Amino acid sequence: MATKKISILDYGSGNLRSAQKAFQQLGVSAEITSDYEDSLNSDGFVLPGVGAFGSCMSGINAVRGNEIVDKRLAGNRKVLGICVGMQVMFEKGFENENVSPGLGQWPGSVELLEAQIVPHMGWNYLEVNPETQIFKGLEDQSFYFVHSYAAKELEMNTHEKFLKPIVHYATHGEKFVASVENGPLTATQFHPEKSGDAGLQLLKNWVATL
Amino acid sequence: MTSLIRIIPCLDVDQGRVVKGVNFQNLKDAGDPVELAKNYAQNGADEITFLDISASRNDRKTMIEVIEKTADQVFVPLTVGGGVRSVSDVDTLLRAGADKVSVNTSALSNPSLINEIAAKFGSQVLVISIDAKRTNSEYAKSGFEITTHGGTKSAEVDAISWIKEAVDRGVGEILLNSMDRDGTKDGFDLELIELARQEVNVPIIASGGAGKLSDFAPAVKAGANALLAASIFHFAEISILEVKNQLRAEGIKTRL
Repeated sequence: MATKKISILDYGSGNLRSAQKAFQQLGVSAEITSDYEDSLNSDGFVLPGVGAFGSCMSGINAVRGNEIVDKRLAGNRKVLGICVGMQVMFEKGFENENVSPGLGQWPGSVELLEAQIVPHMGWNYLEVNPETQIFKGLEDQSFYFVHSYAAKELEMNTHEKFLKPIVHYATHGEKFVASVENGPLTATQFHPEKSGDAGLQLLKNWVATL
Repeated sequence: MTSLIRIIPCLDVDQGRVVKGVNFQNLKDAGDPVELAKNYAQNGADEITFLDISASRNDRKTMIEVIEKTADQVFVPLTVGGGVRSVSDVDTLLRAGADKVSVNTSALSNPSLINEIAAKFGSQVLVISIDAKRTNSEYAKSGFEITTHGGTKSAEVDAISWIKEAVDRGVGEILLNSMDRDGTKDGFDLELIELARQEVNVPIIASGGAGKLSDFAPAVKAGANALLAASIFHFAEISILEVKNQLRAEGIKTRL
């Protein structure tokens, strides 16, 4: 496992240090980079993201993150999206009156959570789909969320011989997509790098799939 | 299911050291904020808050190193407050490894700072710290005013109106500190929490007055989403896990 190399895409979004240190804590090499080739060559590619959907997309596109994700997924190379890094995998994101196109790996949109208290900030449980790999042994654990927007559903009418995405939901005011495992593409709306021991174990489980 | 009630220990840091004595057994260095944060994270803290009370620029550099070291070892959210005056201050703290930044007096004298920070980094990184105090003054219709300088000076602003304005401008969370209860151990100011809860829909962290186990649940029932305390945790009078057990006994869900 120690030989695996992770790259975390640096496009000017938030605190990347914690994600890097979380992988290093697991004995995995992790670098923060915006280099195109390094991002393609790593064993695991992490797309982080905090803040607004639209500004994250501009940042991602500016360093060719859209191409990196496309190429990696076409080549069955693992990608992990975290928080807004998960949201941008959908077709579009609504924020106030603005609509921004996402990377479009999954159908559907990201919209404001309808809840009494927004942002959804804090620890919450998930309804873990039993087919999971990354939540193995963590089914009863809570994880740290910070977001106001979310995808409410992920319905993929793929060809019957295609892999169906494994979707894990959580509820804050309403049900939303909290994590997805879909072949080479994995994503979490919560921050595993901020979710204590459970979060570190989840990252370890993901690294084990590389 | 909604998010679990959070318990947050707060550490005051000056020149890289925790001030206000800390009385922990089994710690090599009880004045080291990194050691303490690590210890709290291992013992049930849902987040950690550092309040930088350093006065000089040089000490602020020390604080950045403390944040870096903490973020390298502690994998729960870290909020840092104290002396945040600009967008670039926020950038520096986030890059060092802070997840959230709290602003206080600087936002009061320059409210557009809130808009600027929220536009650049998103509301979720921005906590507004409110030092509220009861008053009969005319400018404070809610009965609570904003104070500065540790509660010794009045800003002559209504606390609840200011909270509302701060949320409208883009803060993602409120750290609501009762200066009347701060240090008294008489329990949280429930009326203050209720008034704030009626006005805004962002998470509220209640602070000031925690003294015994039974103080926590009423604050949650009044509308707090998180509870912050300093000395009772530092002096090991009450442990975070004991607080959580008590909350669960009263039907309030917590992590661990």
